[in-house]
Amino acid sequence: MKIKKLLGLTLALTLFAGLAAGCGNKNEGAATDNSGANGGGNAPATAKAEEIYFLNFKPEIAEVYEKIAKDYEAETGVKVKVVTAAAGTYETTLKSEIAKSEAPTIFQINGPVGYQNWKDYSLNLKDTKLYSYLSDQSLAVTSEGGVYGIPYVVEGYGIIYNDAIMKKYFALADKAVSVSSMEEVKNFDTLKAVVEDMTAKKDQLGIKGVFASTSLAAGEQWRWQTHLANMPLYYEFKDNTEYDNTVLAGLASNEVEFKYNQNFKNIFDLYINNSVTKGGLLGSKSVTDSMAEFALGQAAMVQNGNWAWSQINEVDGNVVKAEDIKFLPIYTGVSGEESQGLAIGTENYLAINSKVSPEKQQASIAFLEWLFSSDKGKAYVTNDLGFIAPFNTFNDNEKPADPLAKEVTNWMEKDGITSVAWTFAAFPSEEFKNVFGDALLQYAQGNKTWDEVVTIFKDTWKAERAK
Amino acid sequence: MSGGIFLTKSIKKYFALFALPTILVFTVIFIIPFLLGVYLSFTEFTTVTDAKWIGFGNYVKAFSNKDFLNALWFTLQFTVVAVITVNVFAFLLALMLTRGKKGTNLFRTIFFMPNLIGGIVLGYIWQLILNGVLMKFEVTLTVSAKYGFWGLIILMNWQLIGYMMIIYIAGIQNVSKDVIEAAKIDGCTRFGILRNVTIPLVMPSITICLFLTLSNSFKLFDQNLALTAGAPSKETSMLALDIYNTFYGSVGYEGVGQAKAVVFFVLVALIALIQLAATRRREVEN
Repeated sequence: MKIKKLLGLTLALTLFAGLAAGCGNKNEGAATDNSGANGGGNAPATAKAEEIYFLNFKPEIAEVYEKIAKDYEAETGVKVKVVTAAAGTYETTLKSEIAKSEAPTIFQINGPVGYQNWKDYSLNLKDTKLYSYLSDQSLAVTSEGGVYGIPYVVEGYGIIYNDAIMKKYFALADKAVSVSSMEEVKNFDTLKAVVEDMTAKKDQLGIKGVFASTSLAAGEQWRWQTHLANMPLYYEFKDNTEYDNTVLAGLASNEVEFKYNQNFKNIFDLYINNSVTKGGLLGSKSVTDSMAEFALGQAAMVQNGNWAWSQINEVDGNVVKAEDIKFLPIYTGVSGEESQGLAIGTENYLAINSKVSPEKQQASIAFLEWLFSSDKGKAYVTNDLGFIAPFNTFNDNEKPADPLAKEVTNWMEKDGITSVAWTFAAFPSEEFKNVFGDALLQYAQGNKTWDEVVTIFKDTWKAERAK
Repeated sequence: MSGGIFLTKSIKKYFALFALPTILVFTVIFIIPFLLGVYLSFTEFTTVTDAKWIGFGNYVKAFSNKDFLNALWFTLQFTVVAVITVNVFAFLLALMLTRGKKGTNLFRTIFFMPNLIGGIVLGYIWQLILNGVLMKFEVTLTVSAKYGFWGLIILMNWQLIGYMMIIYIAGIQNVSKDVIEAAKIDGCTRFGILRNVTIPLVMPSITICLFLTLSNSFKLFDQNLALTAGAPSKETSMLALDIYNTFYGSVGYEGVGQAKAVVFFVLVALIALIQLAATRRREVEN
């Protein structure tokens, strides 16, 4: 009997032990895993103020930062430790990394909402040269006269299309539309007519669907719950004339009407009904899947931003030529949308950790100033990182050369075209976006009606804002 | 006799010395984080190093949150089904593989192998397999919570059956041949032997297996994250995943996540202790 008692006790202890580790140790565990996976190679024991730590947000350009760090160290002797958070885990990683004694000195916030989470950790950058470099200082994240986040890249998104397929379509003798080039597609009705006719003739065109898969797998929904949701809310907040900026209007809204939900539905239905993939299967698709479909010529259009160029370019067997890649604004059927441009803005702001030593803060600022103003740094930014950097230190010939970035610049400079501001900076939380994304998945799979989705959207906005 | 006294004496004398390393490690990696975790559940914090005491607010929020209650219900359903299926299949396999048939060892190894693969890997592998099968019906795992639920059950069975089988095999092999022979001579049928001799004598194995499947199902995290990640709309998130999502998913809710974790701990401890007491009562001396 004694043995059994002992056995029971041991079992009970094992359980307690496992659980204690489960709930108490979570943070440390996650943090260790991360540096093990990403920064293991570059964390020497001889860390002085000579080392700064940059927690990178963009996995797609992690390797470039490693190169920059090496170069910078060779030039100045300051070691830059670059750790990259896996896609979709930046906040998680930052939360555990910043609690360490060797905390990130440079990190990223996603705008005014993100700043609220990290205000205790963000240094006032008002007197730095970096701030003075900004070509439009109103882009920075400011609070009560202080400057806490510096945007380092301007990006644009819309519907990317393959002009080769479009030309093939417009050349068809039996096309059902009167327009004959993409330049004439200036509103939703025309787009819809073109897309639906293309779907009917998809075998002739050699495509599997007009739009690449509407990726709705967990963690892959941002193109819809953030980017596409930006469109109806941009128009809703623009109607609020009390504010001259849609982000500010959004931040002040404790509730939303989702007035333009039918416009969202218009374009979303168009995406899923003319897709490469059937509605019931969208829950397993990732962004990579849909970019691959586009690159392989299986789809003619895909909604994404200029950052997608490298993804398209790197797909094995890519059949899309650089000169055929073009942007179309996301038309949703709002009146007067003929003058609407791409959605252009940023959600990438650099912040300096205010809780590390002043030497490290200065070293971090110096690194960023080097990156965005020295010739070597600028060459990296333009050619390797591919950023459209919003700094006046860049000349016209130092703008990135990839086709999508060029398209963004073109659309920004077109006469009579107004870019759509990135209003999603005003969305209440990540949770809000995820709940909405999940509802969209349910809608695409036929488990929820559109009215239910609209209700979820409004209720979640209200609940998350109230938190 | 004097040797015995000497041994007891030296055990007393050196007990502290020999136990010290274990106690130290146990304190540092279990007891301290655990106490810190309980403390944090009463605070509001962004990083664990600066916390502000707020009392029971986190617990109120945790219980008024319908995601948590949904996850609790889903976890309970899952645990009941998983515990029954895993143990029934494992026991049947163990019975089959203790008959001394040819290839027994090979099969034991094969059945045990899935247990050596990590939960995340298994989750992704099964996601591919199940989505591949469901593709025929033009749906995926995310279409309905039912698919996710049964997907998790299949995955859990596949992973745990082998391990439980080994424990049952050890138990069954320990049953004395004499007793079985005596039963046979008394005219007992095969099923009678199983019911009246084997099962009562392997009760200790059943206790362990029930305990392991129960706590493993209740605490399931990796497989859940990899297979469904809660889709659709969090309908398939289990308690551990919900806690993780609360902690990392919504800003300002770290403390609530921590409170949920403490509630979770109390629940698992309670259920496991009740189960241990209940099955132990049925054990008989060999």
